[in-house]
Amino acid sequence: MASIEMKNIVKKYGDGFPAVNDISLDIADGEFMILVGPSGCGKSTLLRMIVGLEDITSGDMIIGGERVNDKAPRDRNLSMVFQNYALYPHMSVYENIAFPLRLAKTPDDKVDRLVKEAADVLELHEHLERKPANLSGGQRQRVAMGRAIVRQAEAFLFDEPLSNLDAKLRGQMRTEIARLQRRLGITTVYVTHDQTEAMTLGDRVCVLRKGSIQQVASPRELYEQPVNLFVAGFIGSPPMNFLPATIDGATLTTPFGTIELDEKRAAAVAGHELLLVGIRPEYFEDASLVDEAKKHVGTTFTAKVDVTEWLGDQQYAYIPYDAPDAIRTQLRDLSRELDSEELRTQAIVSIDSTSRIREGRDAEFWLDTRKVHVFDPETGDNLTRDAEAGAELTRMATEDREEQVAEAAGGLTGERSGSGAGTGSTAA
Amino acid sequence: MSTKERSWWIVAGVAIALYALFPIAWIVSLSFKAPSDLANGSFLPSLFTTENYSLILDGAASDLFLPALRNSFGICLIATFISCVLSMFAAYAIARLDFPGKKFILGTALAVAIFPVISIVTPLFNLWRQIGLYDTWPGLIIPYLSLTLPLSIWTMSAFFREIPWEMEQAAQVDGATTWQAFRKVIVPLAAPGVFTTAIIAFFIAWNDFVYGISLTSTGASRPVPAALGLFSGASQFEDPTGAIAAAAVIVTIPVVVLVLVFQRRIVAGLTNGAVKG
Repeated sequence: MASIEMKNIVKKYGDGFPAVNDISLDIADGEFMILVGPSGCGKSTLLRMIVGLEDITSGDMIIGGERVNDKAPRDRNLSMVFQNYALYPHMSVYENIAFPLRLAKTPDDKVDRLVKEAADVLELHEHLERKPANLSGGQRQRVAMGRAIVRQAEAFLFDEPLSNLDAKLRGQMRTEIARLQRRLGITTVYVTHDQTEAMTLGDRVCVLRKGSIQQVASPRELYEQPVNLFVAGFIGSPPMNFLPATIDGATLTTPFGTIELDEKRAAAVAGHELLLVGIRPEYFEDASLVDEAKKHVGTTFTAKVDVTEWLGDQQYAYIPYDAPDAIRTQLRDLSRELDSEELRTQAIVSIDSTSRIREGRDAEFWLDTRKVHVFDPETGDNLTRDAEAGAELTRMATEDREEQVAEAAGGLTGERSGSGAGTGSTAA
Repeated sequence: MSTKERSWWIVAGVAIALYALFPIAWIVSLSFKAPSDLANGSFLPSLFTTENYSLILDGAASDLFLPALRNSFGICLIATFISCVLSMFAAYAIARLDFPGKKFILGTALAVAIFPVISIVTPLFNLWRQIGLYDTWPGLIIPYLSLTLPLSIWTMSAFFREIPWEMEQAAQVDGATTWQAFRKVIVPLAAPGVFTTAIIAFFIAWNDFVYGISLTSTGASRPVPAALGLFSGASQFEDPTGAIAAAAVIVTIPVVVLVLVFQRRIVAGLTNGAVKG
């Protein structure tokens, strides 16, 4: 196990295009770090530079305190799960998992013990003699993970490991990976474009855009205190709504009525004419279902509902609104960059599933204004970000993780004392 | 597939098989005919005889045919082996590595493959005589390599390209050196490609006539196709057709056996189960 430090990492391809641009990132020992971003943001390239499959143009890659820039992949002692699993089709599942051990010239009885152990963890016992071609997608994925955990690697690297699975299996494997990582307490870097995976798995999430880091923080901080429009739009599903607004003192005028800002936020946004207000779908509610006691912290407005989607546990309503051309183009660019194609300016609001709001009619909504963020449309910066509150969220997440790692370490020595001895001899 | 469609396929298949196999059947029939029978115009021999076979295997023609058979096997197997090994490395480099002149190598290989053999045979004859390669095994193996290598490189690099690159990268991350990754992962996966290439290379060498007749003069290195051309009848008024037919049947057998043996390996899926899909 080791920490991974990246200092000013740059990757330029032959044409001079920087796929990864000046990235500095520290990943603590035992931490689960997610690299997330839309396609082409350089997240996979960064992962491949960690493992050594991609040359580093400039900067330092330090794993476990040692600079590894010029080391071949096999000398870095990392294990990786590929997007398409990359199983060896001519070998049985057993030999696939045993492959790294065989290369390390491990004695046969030890290979057998370690492979059986990995197979136990991943419930692959009855498949050990089969060929990868005869396995289902989920089983292949488990074999690929078995190959990764069978040896004592410094860190696990995952390159979109779940993107080839169907939705149900993906959910199962996601919890499986989380459990495995907590149990083994091993440093993990996980690349994904799926923000659900990013939010649920990561201790910290690194959001990348066009080769540069936007924000590195715990999922909660990303959600509550995003640094800019990009992060705010990327994290959360359905995404955050961005409404054009004009400011007059502490009063924001939006297509959905006015929003009163508190002093602190009013001061932060002063001096701008046109602004973007970012509102999460769940800050809205059907006005008729809101508690009177709570009503005063928000505003109510009436709008025409375009479409509603009832999902059983919740309900979404789509409310179109008008935006100035400049804002409209900018929102379209943003959504394109986030790999979606938002054709119309509309707000997605989450309302109670019991709400009787109907499509095509006017309805009254309530908007909780306490947590709205205000963005500068030109730079995309979040003007009302509370850095301290955000840091506090990440600090809490870090504490949780350290507790879990300590627990895992305690549990592990008790549970796998036999293999603990084996580990010692590997290190020696 | 409807019944009508199916019956059409069967009719067409039978027609093609007949068209392709009829000459071979004719040769087999010829090889069992007595000399007097050869030109009688009927398909089946009126008197079934193995006289032609005994003539070439232990009769008058055997000292021409048997050494030639030995030469053909030796020379073709060696040429096939060398060309497989060389083209495996070349194709791997072409499929995997980025180096200047890659296109040039492929282009040259293709140009060599379509270069007319007859135009270089005369200079080669003179050169071989002067440096002592005339009428030796290496004297045929080298020109055969020039025939088989280009095609081998092309087929093999097509096979290597099919192997997902992740396989190799996974092996490297698992701790393999480049050579180990090549030997333990790439070569086993490319095995069907290697066999296909080997068969093609063997055919090309086995079927060659121009080099065989021009660069040899004795039983020391003369291959079968050349030897067949030198068969003579019992007297100068008699055609050696029967003997040639018998020899042709014999030299066809190893080729058929080769294909039947390796057929399953070639058909077997290349990277089945390696990746999702």
